[in-house]
Amino acid sequence: MGRVKTIARRSFLIGSVAIAGGVAFGVWRYKTPYTNPLLADLPEGAAALTPYVRITSDAITLITPRADKGQGAVSVQAALIAEELDVSIDQIKTDFGPPSPAYYNTALAGDAVPFRATDDSWMAETVRDLADAPMKFLGMQITGGSTTVPDGYDKLRHAGAVARETLKATAARLHGVERSALSTETGAVILPDGTRLSYQSLASEAPQTEPVTDVTLRDPSEWRLLGKPMQRIDIVAKSTGTQGYGIDIDLPDMLHAAIRLNPGQGAALASYDASEAETMRGVQKIIEIPGGIAVIADNTWRAIRAAEAITCDWATAPYPAGMADHWQALSDSFTSDAQDSQFRDEGDVEAALAGGTDIEVEYRAPYLAHAPLEPLNATVRYTPERVDIWTGTQVPRFIETNVARITGLDRDRIHVHAEMIGGSFGHRLEDEVVRHATHIAMEMPGRPVKLTYSREEDMAHDFPRQIAMARGRGRVENGHVTAYDLGIAMPSVLSSQMGRQTIPAPGPDLQIVAGAWDQPFAITDYRVTGYRAPELAPISSWRSVGASSNGFFHDCLLDELIHAAGADPLEERLRLCNHAPSRAVLEAVGEMSNWGSTMAPGQGRGVAYCLSFGVPCAQVVEVSDTEDGIRLTRVYVAADVGRIIDPVNFDGLVKGGVIFGLGHAMNCQITYARGAAEQRNFDQYQGMRLYQCPEIELRGLETADKIRGIGEPPVPPAPAALANAIFAATGTRLREMPFDKHVTFA
Amino acid sequence: MQLNVNGADHSLDDLEPEMPLLWALRDVLGIKGPKYGCGIAQCGACTVHIDGEAVRSCQVAVGDVWGPVTTIEGLGTPDAPHPVQAAWIDAQVAQCGYCQSGQIMQAASLLAETPAPTDQEIDDAMSGNLCRCGTYPRIRAAIKAAAKSMSEGA
Repeated sequence: MGRVKTIARRSFLIGSVAIAGGVAFGVWRYKTPYTNPLLADLPEGAAALTPYVRITSDAITLITPRADKGQGAVSVQAALIAEELDVSIDQIKTDFGPPSPAYYNTALAGDAVPFRATDDSWMAETVRDLADAPMKFLGMQITGGSTTVPDGYDKLRHAGAVARETLKATAARLHGVERSALSTETGAVILPDGTRLSYQSLASEAPQTEPVTDVTLRDPSEWRLLGKPMQRIDIVAKSTGTQGYGIDIDLPDMLHAAIRLNPGQGAALASYDASEAETMRGVQKIIEIPGGIAVIADNTWRAIRAAEAITCDWATAPYPAGMADHWQALSDSFTSDAQDSQFRDEGDVEAALAGGTDIEVEYRAPYLAHAPLEPLNATVRYTPERVDIWTGTQVPRFIETNVARITGLDRDRIHVHAEMIGGSFGHRLEDEVVRHATHIAMEMPGRPVKLTYSREEDMAHDFPRQIAMARGRGRVENGHVTAYDLGIAMPSVLSSQMGRQTIPAPGPDLQIVAGAWDQPFAITDYRVTGYRAPELAPISSWRSVGASSNGFFHDCLLDELIHAAGADPLEERLRLCNHAPSRAVLEAVGEMSNWGSTMAPGQGRGVAYCLSFGVPCAQVVEVSDTEDGIRLTRVYVAADVGRIIDPVNFDGLVKGGVIFGLGHAMNCQITYARGAAEQRNFDQYQGMRLYQCPEIELRGLETADKIRGIGEPPVPPAPAALANAIFAATGTRLREMPFDKHVTFA
Repeated sequence: MQLNVNGADHSLDDLEPEMPLLWALRDVLGIKGPKYGCGIAQCGACTVHIDGEAVRSCQVAVGDVWGPVTTIEGLGTPDAPHPVQAAWIDAQVAQCGYCQSGQIMQAASLLAETPAPTDQEIDDAMSGNLCRCGTYPRIRAAIKAAAKSMSEGA
């Protein structure tokens, strides 16, 4: 690890700032800590113990700055703080907090450097550490990349420990005892005589205490909360209809807006006729916004109905009108000029394949909408002095920047209130809805306006998952896979997405090859090449990003080669795999599925593996070829995140991820005709329905040396395992998603 | 128009009778448990009961409502959850939770008609309710647990 790491560790600064009878402790990297954002609105007699802990006379509030889109981020962040703070979950409140650079995401950077997740060499670790710096200086408060747990694992526990020890030091000072003689439990410092001093009672005195910076995190064997089944903080609200989401915001004097946007994303509104809409009941104003038109009305339904009554003439989309041209653009990108990366090139693939190939195939993955069930929405109240925004977002700081630019106000006048999110899968990494809502609200100064997308508008402007194509070939010898050559072409997600934030994304885009170049296999001649296709339809990060398509490509090619070699799919993967935790997940699904046992005719079993976001995940899917079509009967899945923080949530996210991966592979695609997405609602974009859901058995392993997030890694292997199972059952190789283009599902 | 929702009577004479019940509930009466997800009866997030029957409130015009309406808020409360809600809490079904009001209303209607549903009956009743997070395994488990607790309580 060497010097860089040591310096980074030493410069973990713990500062304290006394203000207005409260206290703040910071846990920040590098020499200049960000201001604790909680100090701005701290009431008299309250304490903001680190940017993550605020104590007032009547409440202990833990700040959970990562967005909760259903993945349980609030609960896991709260539990990490609470574990060290010694509070129980039922005695705390949670708050997403204000957007602040102090909440920058460290862990995202580690995945942006060209070292395999399995590479723990000095060089890899050094570069990962260096990559933190720009994340910090940009104040990148982003939820994504399955980083909430790895980013917060030390940071949040540390914040809890600093707050706890400083509260103890406060009690020690007030009562003339040694801090070491004190203990803490359930929100109180316990004096040697057993007297309980609640944290709230100590808050106003804490600023006079020298903060305790020398804290040691507890050994996992001492944990009360972490590693054990937890009840999600939001579970009662979400089971009783009382959980409020952004779409449920209701403010006095609020107006409602709907939009019609050019379905050719990025193109302008040429002309329109709103004469009918103008006369419709409840309509207050109809305005042009960039790329379309908005209706402001007195309720959502009237706004949406009026928007649908407008006749629009749209300018032509800035990308190919139909799918044939999109595929052609990918097909044309397998050239040395378009080569984006070749981070994996072992042995001599060209020489190995000079004498011919045993397999030579092409794979395709379509555009896919995120389509979370809560349609996009944002409520904005604009005044010339201040803008308030209520919305669910993974990028609150980008929103501040963009709304400041649109309104011409300084960013300290932009106030983002983060709301609970009804699903995202990456959708809420985009902030276009807020930009539109801001333009609309500026037409109604002083009045809050809630913009709700209709499902049709949402799906038409989804910024879908990348379209991708792969070409694979290889050789087998003596019953083994000996040469493997995979080329993947796709437009750059990073460039499209960051382009909308006017943030440059230089260098190779690792997502073009993520889930393929970084797989822990030792194949004699082994090469993975990324090709950057030109920008086509605008695209965005979709649950597991590049790996969502590449996991399918990489593993299916391997499976085809293994079959060509006449080897056993599981045994050959194990033979080639050179990473112990990965071997363990493969062995686990083999054992769970009783791999190798005989199946009835028409039944088949497929295994697949993908390492993504540092997490090895293996799956075995079993299918049955019935009279009604292919039925998914069972899935066995194993994953290793190093340490499971909440086994209940882990189970939900893994199984949900498997279902997400399978459902989209079965029947989902976004296609463009005349530059517009053809699928606009769930009748044309189904995903998996309950009756299709297989039984899923899960084993979570904890052998890997780093803690990782689990939101995305279960997705990439699922389509491959399904395709491999269908091959085993029917002999039909599926190389193009969605699979229902080629087979029927029961 | 008179509308009885969760036991309370409302006069909605000023509303267009063709306004979907969903929007009358959400934007006029401020009852936010039923959710807008698709507007075309494909997702089930807006499911409420009319006269005990599970219906998609996005497809029922407010002028056509034929009986008392029960929404998730009227089924049970955080302090006194309906057995289906209690099962949902125990099984920790929800991830994003946005579809779950509809899932629970659909499941409550299923169990009212079929107290001990088979796997097939659960599949048939619940497959119109979309869950994008993929909580289906827990939905199945929670329905079975609720069926058990309701039969024991009966």
